[in-house]
Amino acid sequence: MPRSAHRLQSALRTAGAGAAVLLALSGCSASGSSASGTGEDGPSGTVTVFAAASLTESFTTLGERFEKEHPGTEVTFNFGGSDTLAAGISGGAPADVFAAASTGTMKLVTDEGHTAGSPSTFVRNRLEIATLPGNPHGIGSLKDLTAPGLKVVLCDSTVPCGSAARTALTAAGVELTPVSYEQDVRSALTKVELKEADAAVVYRTDVRAAGDKVEGVEFPESAEAVNDYPIARLESAPNPTAAKAFVALVKSPEGRKVLTGAGFLAP
Amino acid sequence: MTGRHGTPPDPGAPAPPDGGRSGTRTVRAPRTARPRTPGRGVPLPLLAPALLGLAFLLVPLLALLLRAPWRSLPEQLTSPEVWQALRLSLVCATAATVLSLVIGVPLAWLLARTDFPGRGLVRALVTLPLVLPPVVGGVALLLALGRNGVVGQWLDAWFGITLPFTTTGVVLAETFVAMPFLVISVEGTLRAADPRYEEAATTLGASRFTAFRRVTLPLIAPGIAAGSVLAWARALGEFGATITFAGNFPGRTQTMPLAVYLALQNDPAAAIALSLVLLAVSIAVLAGLRDRWMRTV
Repeated sequence: MPRSAHRLQSALRTAGAGAAVLLALSGCSASGSSASGTGEDGPSGTVTVFAAASLTESFTTLGERFEKEHPGTEVTFNFGGSDTLAAGISGGAPADVFAAASTGTMKLVTDEGHTAGSPSTFVRNRLEIATLPGNPHGIGSLKDLTAPGLKVVLCDSTVPCGSAARTALTAAGVELTPVSYEQDVRSALTKVELKEADAAVVYRTDVRAAGDKVEGVEFPESAEAVNDYPIARLESAPNPTAAKAFVALVKSPEGRKVLTGAGFLAP
Repeated sequence: MTGRHGTPPDPGAPAPPDGGRSGTRTVRAPRTARPRTPGRGVPLPLLAPALLGLAFLLVPLLALLLRAPWRSLPEQLTSPEVWQALRLSLVCATAATVLSLVIGVPLAWLLARTDFPGRGLVRALVTLPLVLPPVVGGVALLLALGRNGVVGQWLDAWFGITLPFTTTGVVLAETFVAMPFLVISVEGTLRAADPRYEEAATTLGASRFTAFRRVTLPLIAPGIAAGSVLAWARALGEFGATITFAGNFPGRTQTMPLAVYLALQNDPAAAIALSLVLLAVSIAVLAGLRDRWMRTV
């Protein structure tokens, strides 16, 4: 019982943090409208960033830094599955920057001519096995996931973490039947956090973000399925100056430090 | 009052506006000659928003039809996964409706026909799944019935039953979301039904359960039918609670809405095709039901 109470508490804390971010953003918008000068010398106004769900924590931090470094700006994020975001951009969503969790997804947007310049890889992500705290089933490799009675969840192959997991499993020569193909990496992780599944194949960064609620197990085949994260400004960006500045921050040493702190690998 | 229609002097009392349902002395002949009162002069302040409302509901569906990949449709629909998902959807939605009937109708009776402290609160709680985001409902089900859940851990320990990631889990998730529709509908019908019929039955010696079975149930059958259809339709389209509680595995827990969502990730055309199938099937079933046993509604 205390464990579930703790879980609820942390959920509430997350919700509270989310509300705080929203409040901070709305506060910024009030000051942003009064900012003088329209961006000849520096970025101003709102910059809208569409980013893969796995970037949520690190990009939120970077957004706060950006607003601090460039007073009068406001960073609005739309975090979600890369493919959903790409579909939104193709459908004409007014975004300035797109950061995807796979080059394939970025290619969809680039091929339709929606990006300004060519996208560049700013971080990479590797898979890990997320197990229950303390790894009670003694999972040490992908092969161990096929043990009878073990409940494993994977991402669906339509989302990047699922296709990466499939590549890694093929590389390891392991035939794995999971109990579920989850719709995104976070719901796969949640199933382990709630102890409904014994293990999930997720990103290193997700294991890191889950703290002590899961334990990460590295496996060599993850090298076969490294995800490149490309970022690009968008052709129809309503605020190109700020878009350029935000991309620069993400690629700067400062940005890299935040991202590697969250478990990402340098490109 | 009924105005000038070219009929002979009104034979009975002034015809009631509801088409003469309560008038026992209505004469048949003038019925065809009489213009239908509701059809004439619909006030614009009602007509304009009504048409807007209709358009608002229909235009997105039309757009789906217009942009549907008709040419590749046969190819999209021949994959066994589609039929697997459709079959699972129909089976689970029907099972969820049956389960809702078995436990929902008695619950509605309890709310409508008995008086106990906190009944208002219970009624509010019953409708809670209507406002709860289905994904939250799914998480709540995991916390309650999951392998590590409040109740689920005992199911697991005593009976070896685990519900998440199973077809039973899909049925439970759909029931959780759909049953309130049935309960509300049946409760409303029960409240409108005259309790004196039941009282008469009990006075004549029937037990309360017999009165419920022989008098109340037939009396509220239209409400039960309407509620079942609502619940079935809601269960058929259920997504959030299902994917959260039961996961997504083809043939076991992947219902049509889940298949549509996942197809949307990388193949929107396939997603539209799947949606059309679901749409066609649900329209066919609902239309069929309407003719069969919903005429009174």
